[in-house]
Amino acid sequence: MGANLKLAGLKKKLRGRWVLDGVDLDIAPGRSLVLIGGSGQGKSVTLKCTLGLMAPDSGQVLVDGRDVTKLSRSAREPVMRKFGMLFQGGALFDSLSVWENIAFRLIYSDGVARKEARERAIETMRRVRLAPEFADVRPVELSGGMQKRAGLARAIIAKPDILFFDEPTTGLDPITADAINDLIVEMVKELGCTALSITHDMPSARKISDEIAMLHNGKIVWRGATASLDSSGNAMVDQFVHGRAEGPIQAVV
Amino acid sequence: MNPFAAIGRGTISLFAEIGRFAAFAGRSAAACFMPPFFFGQFLRQCLQIGYFSLPVIGLTAVFIGAALALNIYVGGARFNAESFVPNIVVLGITRELGPVLAGLMLAGRVGAGIAAEIGTMRVTEQVDAMTTLSTDPFKFLIAPRVLAAVLTLPVLVLVADIIGVMGGYLVAVNSLDFNGAAYLRNTFNFVEPQDVILGLVKAAAFGFIIAVMGAYQGYNSSGGALGVGRAATNAVVGAIVLILAVNYLITAFFVE
Repeated sequence: MGANLKLAGLKKKLRGRWVLDGVDLDIAPGRSLVLIGGSGQGKSVTLKCTLGLMAPDSGQVLVDGRDVTKLSRSAREPVMRKFGMLFQGGALFDSLSVWENIAFRLIYSDGVARKEARERAIETMRRVRLAPEFADVRPVELSGGMQKRAGLARAIIAKPDILFFDEPTTGLDPITADAINDLIVEMVKELGCTALSITHDMPSARKISDEIAMLHNGKIVWRGATASLDSSGNAMVDQFVHGRAEGPIQAVV
Repeated sequence: MNPFAAIGRGTISLFAEIGRFAAFAGRSAAACFMPPFFFGQFLRQCLQIGYFSLPVIGLTAVFIGAALALNIYVGGARFNAESFVPNIVVLGITRELGPVLAGLMLAGRVGAGIAAEIGTMRVTEQVDAMTTLSTDPFKFLIAPRVLAAVLTLPVLVLVADIIGVMGGYLVAVNSLDFNGAAYLRNTFNFVEPQDVILGLVKAAAFGFIIAVMGAYQGYNSSGGALGVGRAATNAVVGAIVLILAVNYLITAFFVE
């Protein structure tokens, strides 16, 4: 079952600018929220602060009510086990085969024997519809869509409570992107986990979310059910969703 | 522009960088002694850093030994001291040229490789991915490289010592009309265990410097291919400067 994820007053300053200026988000267990927003508005920084890859200047990241921002590296370990992450470019390890990538956590963190880890990796490959014939090849030999599937398999193999997706459909053709979206919805439902995604891709955002929130100038400026996106009543959301250059948001060119 | 402010900024930035590097080196060293240990990674790095460096170390040593014998012969002839060629060759190779040249060659081959590999992993988010998979990159990526470099560099230097002395022997016997048996006898009679030990201590220190500098530059790289290229260059230059400075300090310590 998914965990409750709450960001409270999250602030982060980079190069003299408040990239996050008090971000508040609360995602109920088993719900999927997509964070949208223009480039440079702090979506990736939000994700990095939540995952502990970047330390926020202030604010809290609460996982099932426990603030994880102040934890030491070793104390953070059990919390990281609740997380699964699909990176934008896949971030598969070049030096390992596809199955070793997928089973990385099992082998190197959980101490599972290689034989069993391989079996579980191949089973997970089947679940994300990645043919087992690719188990022994290097990630560089996979297409973009296959790399995303392998990345997704790696993220879900340990049955996480919270899944994070960073631009899951970037760089994919529309058909492959839609297949990845279907897979994300299926896996999130199957695992019953909580999901936080960031994306620019509106068809993807609509498909994989229960709720959508918009980040602008380091703050959440709107949040609502996915079904209410087109009637948000927020000029910034409206401009972003319809991809118009004119409006309250200045295009960065 | 105030020149004093510029000097001050530069000085603060230099000390900040030294502090960051020292903290990184400390964390890397600590990671070598704290579980979990990744023996497979360690063995792979021993092969990569140690075994695959043998040809470059061997070639460097044989030519340096040969050139050293020629130079000492020419210099020694000025005051009728040609017979000291084997003594000075073995002393020069074991105490100084073996470890320093092996260190410099490996700073290029290994240091740049570590920086490029970890740097590429950094800019493609593979290092972040490792963290999200509950694996500490310091223990999985850095500690095996540091341990492998510290342990294999002394072995490489020992090999370089032997090959370097043989380079001097070949030139002395074939070009300078030395008696082969007498050359080797002089060499073994003159060299003392502390000469070899000094070279091995230096080698272990240089191994640490090369691996940590490469890892530091790679781990902190950013900005795509340009950043990775810069990290590799900085790893080589930084390691060379540190190797030469530490070489002097270790030599001075042993001499005193």
